[in-house]
Amino acid sequence: MADALHRLAALLPGDRLLTRPEQLAVYESDALTAFRTRPLAIAIPETTDEVVALVRFCHQERLPFVARGSGTSLSGGSLPVADGIVIALNRLTRILRLDPDQRIAVVQPGVVNTQVSLAAAPHRLHYAPDPSSALICTIGGNVAFNSGGAHCLKYGMTANHILGIKAVLPTGEVVEWGGPSRENIGPDWCGLFNGSEGLFGIALEITLQLLPKAECFHTVLAGYRTLEQAGDAVSAVVASGLLPGAIEIMDALALEAAVAAVHAEYPPGCEAVLIVELEGTREAVAADRGRLDAIIAASKPVEMRPARDAEERMAIWKGRKSAFSAVGRLSPDFIVQDGVVPRRRLGEALRRIGEMARETGLRVANVFHAGDGNLHPLILLDGRQPGALERSEALAGRILKLCIEMGGSITGEHGVGVEKLEYLPAMFNADEMDCMMRLRAAFDPLGIANPGKKFPRAKVVQCVPPAPLGVHPLGCGVAADTLKGGHPTPGQAGGTALL
Amino acid sequence: MAAPLTPESPAALADAVRAHPRVLAIGARTKPRLSQVPEDVTLVSTRALRGIVEYEPEEFTFTALAGTTVREIGEALAEKGQYLPFDPLWFEAGATLGGTVCAGVSGPGRFRFGGVRDFILGIRFVDGLGRLLRMGGKVVKNCAGFDLPKFFVGSLGRYGALAEVTFKVFPAPASRLTLKLPTTGAEAAAHVLTDAANSRWECEALDLLPDGQAVLLRLAGPAPALEPVSREILARWPGRVLSAAEADAAWSELRELRWTHPGGALVKVAITPATVPALATAAGSLDGTRVHISAGGNVAFLSLPPTVPPTALQERLRALNVPAVTLCGNAPLWCGARATPAITRAVKQALDPQNRFPSTED
Repeated sequence: MADALHRLAALLPGDRLLTRPEQLAVYESDALTAFRTRPLAIAIPETTDEVVALVRFCHQERLPFVARGSGTSLSGGSLPVADGIVIALNRLTRILRLDPDQRIAVVQPGVVNTQVSLAAAPHRLHYAPDPSSALICTIGGNVAFNSGGAHCLKYGMTANHILGIKAVLPTGEVVEWGGPSRENIGPDWCGLFNGSEGLFGIALEITLQLLPKAECFHTVLAGYRTLEQAGDAVSAVVASGLLPGAIEIMDALALEAAVAAVHAEYPPGCEAVLIVELEGTREAVAADRGRLDAIIAASKPVEMRPARDAEERMAIWKGRKSAFSAVGRLSPDFIVQDGVVPRRRLGEALRRIGEMARETGLRVANVFHAGDGNLHPLILLDGRQPGALERSEALAGRILKLCIEMGGSITGEHGVGVEKLEYLPAMFNADEMDCMMRLRAAFDPLGIANPGKKFPRAKVVQCVPPAPLGVHPLGCGVAADTLKGGHPTPGQAGGTALL
Repeated sequence: MAAPLTPESPAALADAVRAHPRVLAIGARTKPRLSQVPEDVTLVSTRALRGIVEYEPEEFTFTALAGTTVREIGEALAEKGQYLPFDPLWFEAGATLGGTVCAGVSGPGRFRFGGVRDFILGIRFVDGLGRLLRMGGKVVKNCAGFDLPKFFVGSLGRYGALAEVTFKVFPAPASRLTLKLPTTGAEAAAHVLTDAANSRWECEALDLLPDGQAVLLRLAGPAPALEPVSREILARWPGRVLSAAEADAAWSELRELRWTHPGGALVKVAITPATVPALATAAGSLDGTRVHISAGGNVAFLSLPPTVPPTALQERLRALNVPAVTLCGNAPLWCGARATPAITRAVKQALDPQNRFPSTED
């Protein structure tokens, strides 16, 4: 490996190839802090040509690589690998083109999510996907994990806003898919690349669709005695035929955290707070706001507070968006989960999560995109206590299995990463896993791109030769037993595991 | 050619795929060019793979077999006050859901909230190894696994045979209003499309009619909101509000592709509003060619009279560097600019190692 690093040094100036332990330490973890792995080196390209050269080098040397933006992945998507390098894309921050007539932006992967909307704002345009980490997360990472946010019900996820991608594949091939048009010809390669968790390569230039900013909002916050009542209110809003831009719920523990962190103010004595936001032309919002208010009033809230102005609206969102990090004030550590259940089963799911938490003796705060059925249970723990992490992970696993049982998904927007490796095969059968492994092998025959994410790290997939026609084929791929286990867990993640 | 097979279940579809060395699934053949393949390919019709498997209005999702017509879906959704916001094409003509996905075609409504790719959530399909696989999910938000459902949009059945699809749907707007804004020349029309698309009005559809003489702009939302917005638009450009009957007729003409030359090639081209004038010039140089610009200038449907040689169109589209696919008539399948990187073959090989489905070049 020392030889490979020596050859790597020829590609970048010394100050952009980090190998000293204290430099590597910074990159050992991402937002899934329970996992740490020290990589061989950190490469910091400044141009897309350098990224291509690095990937081609890795391919030639069979050197694993992990692309990283701001390291905000909650599923460990940018966790390094011990036998590979990290390609840090934070210096690729140029907005290459912003075309207000066509309503598109072409950006490099290191551009921070909110920077796009800031650049577009003078044209009354914005970039719709808004993960809670929008202030720091990068578009490259958003693409890799098909990030969501609070407005997915109406506007979809990242993939719905990506029109074109220029990428370097793990083979070193540079491809361009899609383009400035909102319509596509042929298979949707951009759609396939989105959410591939870095397994299909590194996006170099990304064409984003921008949307006109909504002219008007009507945001209502309502407090409820019980989570069930809040859930019923969501059902009533959905059944009304209104299409809100966002429907969010926070439970008592999340509220407590938001109060502590940003001094948010909520109606007292509530087990849940619901936020519903309408948006549209001023005429449309004026026509619909009365209906929404009536539906919420009929759902028997303790109190409802429609935002009277932009400032009150911002305060409501500040409390909601701060909830994740605010929970950090209630507990030394926490795990954020990301499951999806059919919306009509939200109440049931929350009740079961509450029961499981009580059984385990752990506290769970819930902040979620109720309109999408996308749950974010935050499991509070103190990692210094022996066994606490294991118990929390076991609870997280039970929650994910519950989501699958209910017909939902193990991830709505955070991705599988390293965190949910063992649950993907619970959602997809062996043939389906094999199909995905074949796809992965098509993009990355050497298995060097972000290995150990989405699928357990395994030997290179060897395809058996095609079976004779008409005969049921044996399929190909890794043996079934390598699909299970073998994923990094704290203590065996290739480095020291700490909280 | 023998009559197509008609499997009656997803499992039977998988059997049919396994039983034949070369196969292509077809729907109602409203886009016949897509199934114009070599004679040794066995056609498997989804005609008997029909029906809604699950529809949960409160979830904003439904799952249906691939051969279900978009009309049947539209009617079932309408009963619950919901709709597929991308306005599926060939609605009356019997287009199927599977065909709509594989062809990757969306109607005028795709302007507001996106096209087929933006509403598809999950698929069941038979891969080239004859396995019935499920990808994506049945909930509105899901990013587990690879997004093959999106990849299948526009894939022309060359990577697998669709058995079932799950879609997201929306509550239907309470009312609609269509404005007809006469325009002179493609340049002026492109300006109207761009300005309207960037306005505060939240247009639902924004199309330049095939005669090139007017932009059709559709508003959707609560009834009291539409009239004041329409007045603002008519203060900006001359035009008028169409009666409900006129509007229905105008949109139906576009949705059913009735404006096209019978027997001629019909080509879908991905464009931008900026390319509208050049495309209009190119079409103008091909005698009698009609162009419908849709989605605010992001897609064009070109209809050639049978007398125009399709190669002439291909030359012009390549000169404009725009990608295109032929849906009907006798023109090259990929009719515009096209790159085929090595990954194209590698993915085809991964999903269909025995080349059971037609090649992406057929």
